[in-house]
Amino acid sequence: MSDALSLVLLALLVVTALAATFSRDLLAAVIVFSGYSLVMALLWQRLQAPDLALTEAAVGAGVTTVLFVTAIFKTQRMEEEGGDRHRRGGANEKESVEK
Amino acid sequence: MGRLLDNYHYAVAAVLFCTGFYSVIMRPNIIKKIIGLNIMETSVFLLLVSLGWKEGGIAPIHAGGAEAASMVNPLPQALILTGIVVAVSTTAVALSLVILLYRQYGTLDVDRLMREEELEVPAAGPEGGEG
Repeated sequence: MSDALSLVLLALLVVTALAATFSRDLLAAVIVFSGYSLVMALLWQRLQAPDLALTEAAVGAGVTTVLFVTAIFKTQRMEEEGGDRHRRGGANEKESVEK
Repeated sequence: MGRLLDNYHYAVAAVLFCTGFYSVIMRPNIIKKIIGLNIMETSVFLLLVSLGWKEGGIAPIHAGGAEAASMVNPLPQALILTGIVVAVSTTAVALSLVILLYRQYGTLDVDRLMREEELEVPAAGPEGGEG
């Protein structure tokens, strides 16, 4: 595992994890997380685990992303700011929520 | 220090675990928390598979007369194959609960959810909110 490709994959893993954590756009975070799963599948192949690579590529980058995207389309895309201004609730919107 | 540099995949697994843990405890959005949970799970998988790896090992497949002494350890791989599937089902259940929470309260922010929990007794029924 001590070759250049594995090092690059590990660095890419950390970068994508940080990007998925600090993005405010939830959809962008989910797509970056899908890339994280894909890098992880390549790393499983480097670690001589081809069955894990197949499973991670199909399940991690496929099914999990579809689940997340479905959940985001059923809820809301942007992470809310602090405070009660950016409320998109609709019916149960009330101004007196902070007291 | 030299031992840490030799085993840098353990260090990367620790960094990934800390990233996911930060996302779980510090980000207010629930979907961000679930992504952090997935990152934590994957870092533990990376740690365990790295424990079974050895220098110059081959994939544990008995084909073409490969001898077992030159293979990597197949036991962590078999365990983690189960772990990946469990992680996906955990994510599916958590996301369905998130959708129900959004229908009820109209927000995904944890602080706001806790405040709404104090302010209004949820008597609206499952179709309340959102409309």
